Amino acid sequence: MRDALVITKRQLLQLLRVPEVLIFSTIQPVMFVLLFRYVFGGAINTPGVDYVQLLMPGIFVQTVAFTVASTALGLAEDMQKGLIDRFRSLPITRSAVVVGRTLGDATLNVVVLIVMALTGLLVGWRPSSSLVEIFAGFLFLLIFGYAMSWMGVLVGLSVRDSRVANSAVFLFVFPMTFLSNAFAPTTGMPRPLQYVAEWNPVSTMVAGVRDLFGLEPMFGATANSFPSQNPLMMSLIYMGLLMAIFIPLSVRKYKNVTPK
Amino acid sequence: MSASIIAEDLVKTYGAHREVRALDGLSLTVHEGTVLSLLGPNGSGKTTTVRILATLLRPDSGKAHVAGIDVVKNPQQVREIIGLSGQYAAVDETLTGWDNLIMFGRLYHLSSRGAKARAEELLEKFSLTDAAKRPIKTYSGGMRRRLDLAASLIVKPKVLFLDEPTTGLDPRGRQEMWEVINELVKGGVTLLLTTQYLEEADQLADEIVVIDHGHVIAQGTADSLKREVGGERLELSVPFENLAEARGIVERLTNSVATHDPQMHKISVAAPGGTSTLVEALRQFDAVGIQPLDIALKRPSLDDVFLALTGHVAEEKEEEVSGQSKRGKR
Repeated sequence: MRDALVITKRQLLQLLRVPEVLIFSTIQPVMFVLLFRYVFGGAINTPGVDYVQLLMPGIFVQTVAFTVASTALGLAEDMQKGLIDRFRSLPITRSAVVVGRTLGDATLNVVVLIVMALTGLLVGWRPSSSLVEIFAGFLFLLIFGYAMSWMGVLVGLSVRDSRVANSAVFLFVFPMTFLSNAFAPTTGMPRPLQYVAEWNPVSTMVAGVRDLFGLEPMFGATANSFPSQNPLMMSLIYMGLLMAIFIPLSVRKYKNVTPK
Repeated sequence: MSASIIAEDLVKTYGAHREVRALDGLSLTVHEGTVLSLLGPNGSGKTTTVRILATLLRPDSGKAHVAGIDVVKNPQQVREIIGLSGQYAAVDETLTGWDNLIMFGRLYHLSSRGAKARAEELLEKFSLTDAAKRPIKTYSGGMRRRLDLAASLIVKPKVLFLDEPTTGLDPRGRQEMWEVINELVKGGVTLLLTTQYLEEADQLADEIVVIDHGHVIAQGTADSLKREVGGERLELSVPFENLAEARGIVERLTNSVATHDPQMHKISVAAPGGTSTLVEALRQFDAVGIQPLDIALKRPSLDDVFLALTGHVAEEKEEEVSGQSKRGKR
């Protein structure tokens, strides 16, 4: 664990040395908040509630889902530059480098979520639940981001090239976040897609977080599927599954990885 | 003198059908406190050997021990006592030299104070103190390699692996690196070094192992290898009308048969006498009025070694070459 923290510290030190990375990685989600709030928000009809209340949980989930990209990118880069080889020649715990990386990305998520929440408050987002529930909502988001991060470990160590890692992840996560209830009601989708959208972990996460922020279930539940009825439970199952699958696979991959 | 690195019959294959035999029964021994150079062209298996000995890769078969520890069975114990540096190991380029050494010190489980003291010591030793607070990406190639080497010396390893430590460096950087390495060797470390340059092996190594296609094709000291290859050659080109005469002179002088390339008007002959042969040849040319267009003593290159040992020139494998050029861009 101590070894892992050294790796985490290295990542945070990188941000300090090149602060532009942190600035740009927070500007992007902030830009999304503003775009959706003011560009699409006017066109999406949400009776009884401001669009921004529904939007913010969606954007939070989208942002943490993209942790898979930053983790994959970071590890692929370390792979390319030979750093992983050096780490593997050191007498440290075999999981230290990947655990450290995922913890570092989780820390970055904390910063990004705070900046986004402040932006949200500025543009009219007002969660109506208790402080404890709001806090639980953010904890939920962080854990989901952490679970996605482990998927990124496997991708990054497998593709071993940062450009490939980037495009591979976007090809997968982009539709995953949009084929959901995050930005628009699933009711507008063709029936088969509604099922896909409702079983999508992004949707259950969004519905769960909306619930914790004090909103009625909305934008989902049209197909009456099990996940849309029990979003929090389903999200927990998904997170457990992600970690149960990707942590062992990633650690095993790290042990045997060879550069291109 | 006891053996510090022993590799026995290492085999490593790649590819879906194990069709690429990177190592094909490689064996070698490095004695404690000595320097062994693994010499071979790209794709000959140098890096694979180092990766197996440094516990980064498991061999398909064969055994390897470093300081008496089995690298396959007890890799973690091996990692405690080795240092690895070279073209494939690396440092974090966004961080400063200081940051890197502290990070690696902490990963070697030094205390915070211990890591700082060691970082200062190493920066001083490798003349990097002034650059300590600058990000690595602003370093020259030579500085970067020195820092990379420093990072592998944090816990004073018993056994050091340097994988092509000077590939890609300019002559000055190479010279500096050689000095640093020679200094280390005096300190008593056991060193296994890979290189593509015979000259480098000559400068640094007690013993040279030449490999090709994943197995050893020759080994010995630099001198013994050179004898095998035939030592220095005298190469000259003369105007066409003097060709036969010049050839006669050098053949009498060296008592051996010269080869000649008619298109280039070039004559080449083994010159065991070295510079004295060169001087004598010039004197005799002068006496008969031959003015050579070009004349030089050529030391045997890796190509010559390969030609002499295998009968073919050192061929590079496509795959590994492209892999290197990618890395070269960083």
